[in-house]
Amino acid sequence: MWASILQHAVRHAELCAQALALAIAIGAPLAAAAATRARLRGVLLAAAAVGRTIPSIALLTLLLPLLGVGTAPALVALVLLALPPIVVNVDLGIRGVPAAVLDAADGLGMNARQRFARVTVPLALPVALAGVRTASVEVIASATLATFIGAGGLGDDIVRALQTNDPALLAAASITVAAMAFAAELCFARVVRALEVRVT
Amino acid sequence: MSYLGTHWAHVLALTGAHLELVLAALALAFAISLPLGVVAARSARGSTLILGILGALYTIPSLALLAVLVELFGLGTLPIFVALVAYAQFVLVRNVAAGIRGVDPIEREAAIAIGMTPRDLLLRVELPLALPVIVGGLRIAAVAMIALATLGGYVGANGLGALIFNGLALHHSDEIVAGSVASGALAIAVDLGLRGAERALR
Repeated sequence: MWASILQHAVRHAELCAQALALAIAIGAPLAAAAATRARLRGVLLAAAAVGRTIPSIALLTLLLPLLGVGTAPALVALVLLALPPIVVNVDLGIRGVPAAVLDAADGLGMNARQRFARVTVPLALPVALAGVRTASVEVIASATLATFIGAGGLGDDIVRALQTNDPALLAAASITVAAMAFAAELCFARVVRALEVRVT
Repeated sequence: MSYLGTHWAHVLALTGAHLELVLAALALAFAISLPLGVVAARSARGSTLILGILGALYTIPSLALLAVLVELFGLGTLPIFVALVAYAQFVLVRNVAAGIRGVDPIEREAAIAIGMTPRDLLLRVELPLALPVIVGGLRIAAVAMIALATLGGYVGANGLGALIFNGLALHHSDEIVAGSVASGALAIAVDLGLRGAERALR
């Protein structure tokens, strides 16, 4: 039983890490670019609000007829799921940088690029990472549902336990997913706190 | 999409059943969360304890919780109903407490000064002023519950999830699409409706 859980946990973590990395790579630059462009920002935040509303199982199954069964549709769905909190928090973080600090950076003679890299990014980072933290918990929980479209992960064990009426496997797999979500939450919470201390 | 055209009555009936399940669970969840939220607003220790427990509950993946509830209650509507009520607690309690805490102390003092009893203070001053934040919690909970209720189809509950999981089992992608689109549309509609209510209350 534990061999199966370990194997599925690794697969689960892989899927989640890939989805999170992709969502950060897409969402963070997009939100950063939109922070200073009113129209793009409006569209992006509206899309994020809608994206947050759509049920994760609907997202996963909706992609099935388009992308078929397996890792690809699951990865796309998980990226779509992780994007809204990341986009919203990167925006919030960048917008939260005090105007006075930006003025001071200008006064020091920084150009726009230096100002962004040395002032905006470090100050926005804790809020932005809080978004990644929310996204990671959602992705880890939702990746369980990826079993329904054949992408593997710990959902496989949970479904098998339900089908074969195996409470021990059920408990072990469920606790493993919950522990992974909890660990991600704690990890990111600690990183966010460390960054906040360093900056202020 | 052709499935929606030919089976719209069926999809509509399932959407109704879905909404009914969510509303029943939301009503019970709200009734439970109100006293918990009041306690959490009144004492810091109560807040830490209640929100800590509910937060931990909230991190349990829905499929895992649902699986455990099936062991306890069997297949059907009951396990998903209990899961819906349990998951909603964190958001609802947090917002009831935040709403009450956000009431201006001056309003509270004025109410005490005109001789209101603690009960009147809560029912006639604090809760009405906290209402927009409480409705905000109801909105977030309702949207999350519409999503979670879809999973009920996997354990034999009626609703749009039944369509999705039937489609998954029989490889009927038009049923999957119809169920997914309908549940997404329902979530967006409820979100917009309650957003409007929230704005009207402010």
